[in-house]
Formats: sequence, C-alpha cells, structure tokens
Amino acid sequence: MTVITYRDALNHALREEMQRDDRVFLMGEEVGEYDGAYKVSRGLLKEFGPKRVVDTPIAELGFAGIGVGASLVGLRPVIEMMTWNFALLAIDEIVNAAAKLRYMSGGQLGCPVVFRGPSGAALQLGAQHSQAFESWYAHVPGLKVICPGTPADAKGLLKSAIRDDDPIVFMEGEMLYNTKGEVPEEEVLVPIGKAEVKREGSDVTLICHGKMVGVALKAAEELAGEQIAAEVVDLRTIRPLDVEAILASVTKTNRCVVVEEGWPFAGVGAQVVDTIQREAFDSLDAPILRVTNADVPMPYNRALERAAKPDPGKVVAAARKVLYQ
Amino acid sequence: MATRIVMEALSPTMEEGRLVEWKKQEGDKVNVGDVLAEVETDKAVMELVARAGGTLLKQLVPAGATVPVSQPVGWIGSPGESVDGAEVGRPGGQEAGKSGGMAARAPRSSADRPTPTPPSIPAPHPPGRVRASPLARRMAAEQGVDLTTVQGSGPEGRIVRRDLRDGMERRAPERGADAGAGYEDIPLTQIRKTIAKRLSQSIGPIPTFYLTCEVDMERAAEAREALNTAAGDPGRISFNDIVLKAVASALRQHPACNAWWQDDRIRLWHEVHLGMAVAVPDGLITPVIRNADQRSLREIASMTRDLAGRARERKLTPEEYTGSTFSVSNLGMFDIEHFTAVINPPEAGILAVGSIVPVPAVVNGQVVARRRMRMTMSCDHRVIDGATGARFLQTLKLMLENPLAMVW
Repeated sequence: MTVITYRDALNHALREEMQRDDRVFLMGEEVGEYDGAYKVSRGLLKEFGPKRVVDTPIAELGFAGIGVGASLVGLRPVIEMMTWNFALLAIDEIVNAAAKLRYMSGGQLGCPVVFRGPSGAALQLGAQHSQAFESWYAHVPGLKVICPGTPADAKGLLKSAIRDDDPIVFMEGEMLYNTKGEVPEEEVLVPIGKAEVKREGSDVTLICHGKMVGVALKAAEELAGEQIAAEVVDLRTIRPLDVEAILASVTKTNRCVVVEEGWPFAGVGAQVVDTIQREAFDSLDAPILRVTNADVPMPYNRALERAAKPDPGKVVAAARKVLYQ
Repeated sequence: MATRIVMEALSPTMEEGRLVEWKKQEGDKVNVGDVLAEVETDKAVMELVARAGGTLLKQLVPAGATVPVSQPVGWIGSPGESVDGAEVGRPGGQEAGKSGGMAARAPRSSADRPTPTPPSIPAPHPPGRVRASPLARRMAAEQGVDLTTVQGSGPEGRIVRRDLRDGMERRAPERGADAGAGYEDIPLTQIRKTIAKRLSQSIGPIPTFYLTCEVDMERAAEAREALNTAAGDPGRISFNDIVLKAVASALRQHPACNAWWQDDRIRLWHEVHLGMAVAVPDGLITPVIRNADQRSLREIASMTRDLAGRARERKLTPEEYTGSTFSVSNLGMFDIEHFTAVINPPEAGILAVGSIVPVPAVVNGQVVARRRMRMTMSCDHRVIDGATGARFLQTLKLMLENPLAMVW
C-alpha cells in the first residue's frame, strides 16, 4: 500500500490504462498543455503525445460527440469534463447517443466511452458550479454511473470503467482530489456495481457515495462516542445499484439513513429508500431518513452554503432520529 | 421533525388525565424515558415519559389541565426548531371533538369521577390500530406475541424491536403456560405497578402487611375427635391438617391469594401447592403438598406426616420442597398464640397459625370457655390488597368454624 492523493490515484489509473491499451486516449479542455484543470492528467501529454492527450476548444457537446464516435470505431476514449456542471452542454451526446446506441443498433454497436470529471459543490463556486448530477445520469438506462469516495476506489474503478464496454459516467469530487488514502501497489480492478462496507456497525446503516463517504465516516465516529455503532455502506456505483449489499446491511441494523450531496427530490436516496422499503420492509424498525443538500440552488454566501450542505452533524442527528433517541 | 407528546393512556380505563406537574420545562434537554410530567389518572398519579429525545420545545397545556387521552400536550424536537401553530393544534390520532387539539379544562378533583372497576387484563394501547414497526410486527408474528399487550417506546407509542425483545423475555414462560400449565400470568396494571413501586420503597423489597383473625375451633375440635376415634391411630389427623385442608379449599375460592410476584407480572396459580413450614434441627424447610385442594383430609394428614418426617431426616428431594404457591407456618405446638410469618418469595402470602387455647367467649348470650385459635396472614401488598386478604381469611374462618364448608 502507498498513501497517495485521489488526484494521483486517477492519474495512475489513466497512465496504466494508456500504457496497457493504445486504444485509450484522453480528451478535454486543458487536459494536455495545462496538465488538466485539477492536474489529474499531469505528465500524460509528455508521456503519450498529442494524439492520445487531446486539448479541445470550450465545446463540450462537440468533444463529447467525438468521444462517442471514436468509441464506435474501436477506440476507448476518456472524455474529461472540467466539471459535470459544464457537461450539461454535452448531455445530448451522453443520454441520446452514448446511452442508446447499443439498444438502437440491436446490439451491433458498443460505446465504450468514459465521461469523467468533478461533480458536486466545492467552496463558494455559486449556484451554477455547485451541483451533483448523479441522479440525473443514473435515471438513464444504458449508462453506468460511478462515484468513488476514496483514492483506492477512484483508481480501481477508473481502470474498470476504461475497460468496460458500455458508456460510463464517472463522477469525481473537487474537494476529494487532495484527500489521501492507501492505494494498493499491485493492480486492482474494483468491480463496477459493488458497494463496500467502509465501517461495520450494528445499530444503524449510513448509505453514501462519493464525497459523502467521508462525511458518513465522520458521523459514524461521532456516533461511536455515543455508543451507537453505525455501519457505513459506500455504494461506489450508483447504477447498477448494489441492492444486495444495501439489504444485507439494513436487515442487520433495521435502521437506515441515506446521505447524498444532491438535492432531495428524486435523488439517489429516493431510489435507495424505494428499494429498501420494498425488499426489506419487514426488517425496518423505523422510517428511513435522508440527508441531502437543501432543496435550493446552492447559495454563494459562505454561511448559507454551509447550512445547505450535508455534514456529519446532520447525519448524526438523522441517525439519532431513526434510533428514536 | 419534531415529535408530538400526547396524553397517553396510563391506566387501562383512563380516558383523560390531569397534568399535575411538568417535570421538564421548555428548553430542557430530554432523553428517551425521561419523566416529562406527572399525570393523575383515574387511579393514581403516573409519569408521562418521553418517547423521543431532544429538547422540550413547547408545553401546550399548563399544569392542572385535564387532557383527553391521545391529545397533544407538547412537542419535543431540536433546539430552535420551530413548531408552527397549525401543526401544534392538530388533534391526535383519536380525535376528541373539534377542539383544535387542546381541550384543556379547568382542573377537577378526582373525587367527582366515578371509579371504574379495574379490569383483569390491562390494555396498554387505546383502542384502534396498534402502531408497530414492520420489524416488530414480523418478530411478534414469529414469536406469537400479541402486540396489543406490548407497550411501545417509539414515537407516539410505536412498538419497535427493543420493546419486543424485552417483551419476549417476559413472555417466554407464559407461552409455555398456554399448554395446560397450572397458572395464568397477568400483566401488571398501572395501579399494581404503582402499588409495587411505592410500597417497596416504604418497607423492604416485599411490602408486607398483616391480617389477624381469631377462629373458634370448637366444632373443628369436635369433628377431629370424632374422626380420630373412628379411624384409630393410623388415620389420625392433626389440627394442622385441618388448617391445611381449609387453607387449600379457601385458596381455591380466592385465586388472588394463590399467586406469585414475578416482577413484571403476577402469576395466578390454578393449582394449589401448599408449603408447610417444618422445623428441622438446623433451621426450617417447607415441604410442599401438591394439589392440596384436591386431596382429602386423610390424604393431607398422611402426606404431612410423611413429608415432615422425611424433612427432619433430610430426605426430601428438591421437588418436594419447591414450587409452593402459598405457605402455612404453625407454631401452635409451641404455645405461641400469635405471630407473624415471613413471606417465602415469590409467594404472595403465608399464614401464621397460633395455638388453640380456651378463652372466654360469648355464645348465645352466655360467657363460656371456647377453644379459639388466632391466625395471621402476611400479605405481599404488590399482589394482595387488604380487602383481598381479608376476604380470604373470612372464607378460611368460615371453613374452620363450619368444617362442612370445606366440602360445600
């Protein structure tokens, strides 16, 4: 194990996959000369040259389309969105092209493209740059949606995503890039569609993904001080959802809080709750609660932004609530 | 997210409660199980406990107000959480008219309320749907527990896993009892719980009181002499045998005295197993006459002789000195006229029998010497009330003074 940042874990994944398979290329705004807006692609242009690390104009729809087209003719494009907020301009290529091609060609076409970039709020970037869109993409049949919360998962899942034959929406976290964690030195492919129990507990299940993994773990730590053993289940992949892992934990603890960065309405947590109430109704000892961003455009004001975001304190309060404490 | 505090049915027959005193003030931190207020029910002053933790946000009724069961009396939530007026005023699950929720009335004294007769089985839930989590329902179904007998500790009395776990431990022996066991477990009513708690605080863990009465033993003595003359030595019966037979028969009519205190319930025995205190060289042992109520006087006499003899020789098996449902201790042979015996838990009563002595008594207007006997019953007040014990002694006295009543 080595301790590296989430940013470097992604960088290593890209480098290893580009070394392994010359069909893999990276394209996006400032990925080459500038080493990436968040330095995820640092050194790749130098190593692989401008044919495999391609700087693009500010034209998300255009280069997303190039990525879809390239995947159709046998390449394995990784399309970097500077943030998923900007990918709104490219959503037609992702939803109407990438997600549909295998189905509409009767299985004749595959679309092994990875769209990746940071999602969710950072600090005071305003309403238009502080959005978490995983539930939007998870809504679409034909897409796989991955939200790693740790450096090890970021590396192992990006490698799996690049090798996958279907279009992938890979959502990172701007606030996660600098976080550090242990990453295996040997090659590990984290399977897509598999959640992981990040902390074991018996009293309440905290379900989370992406940036909220750290929030849930902090909350679990705080709850442990109150003799409450919280189990933290990191979904890692939103679609396909690891229903088995969710049910295994909830049938053990009988109580659940779902934490996500996005808005509450029709969010990822709504899907999780739907699954639990249907599949594990007789195991529930309390209604499931959700901790989400406030149902508002993200405020720019620092205090209001803090109030709008999910945090460990809100998760602890929700956990106490489902424990009737 | 705030949780409503409602007036709970704190006694089975309670329809409304008078909020005597708030124990928590607005702004106070509250944990689950904390006493929020004292509430006077139709029977006693009870505690209204918090079903949710947080901060007491609002007291909706003042001390002294009388509030129908299930009406809101306050809110618990997070500090600073606002509880808007409309929400606050929403009536509880069972509406009591269009009062807009409060229905607080001027305090009345409990004296103007009729005292309902206590039912034998308490109803922890007000009539209507039982609130229980899906998990609790599944566990109850699997374990054969009737949810209507379980008190919920979740919000608004919802039954959750922890209630059932506790309940399960409690109910385990009861389930065995269904298959023709010789007893019936009665869950504690609120009034019994209060009696148990208060009186235990007053005198020791077993709040005992004593009832004494004097019995005229002339007729019993005459009958005994006649029977002994007829039967001869092998079938001799003692006064103690007569007392045991009478106690067993009387207990049959007063099952409330033939009971065990089981901490969270009372076990009423359908069978009468009489413990008989026997002095042994280094102490005392209480062999048991099983099903004493179904045995003839002669059987009892021969059993007591056998058991007492073997007790002194320390030859009793454990089964022979455990499981009694009521005990009798007799020190009459030591010329003790009157004494009190110590209850043998979990039994609820023991009878202390004194010597039979001739005393002046008035019979048909004449003072004559009569053989009289004093007996004192020690009662566990958690199980037996004064009148309950007194009625049992009345029956016992009737049987001893009119031996035919034993076969009546």
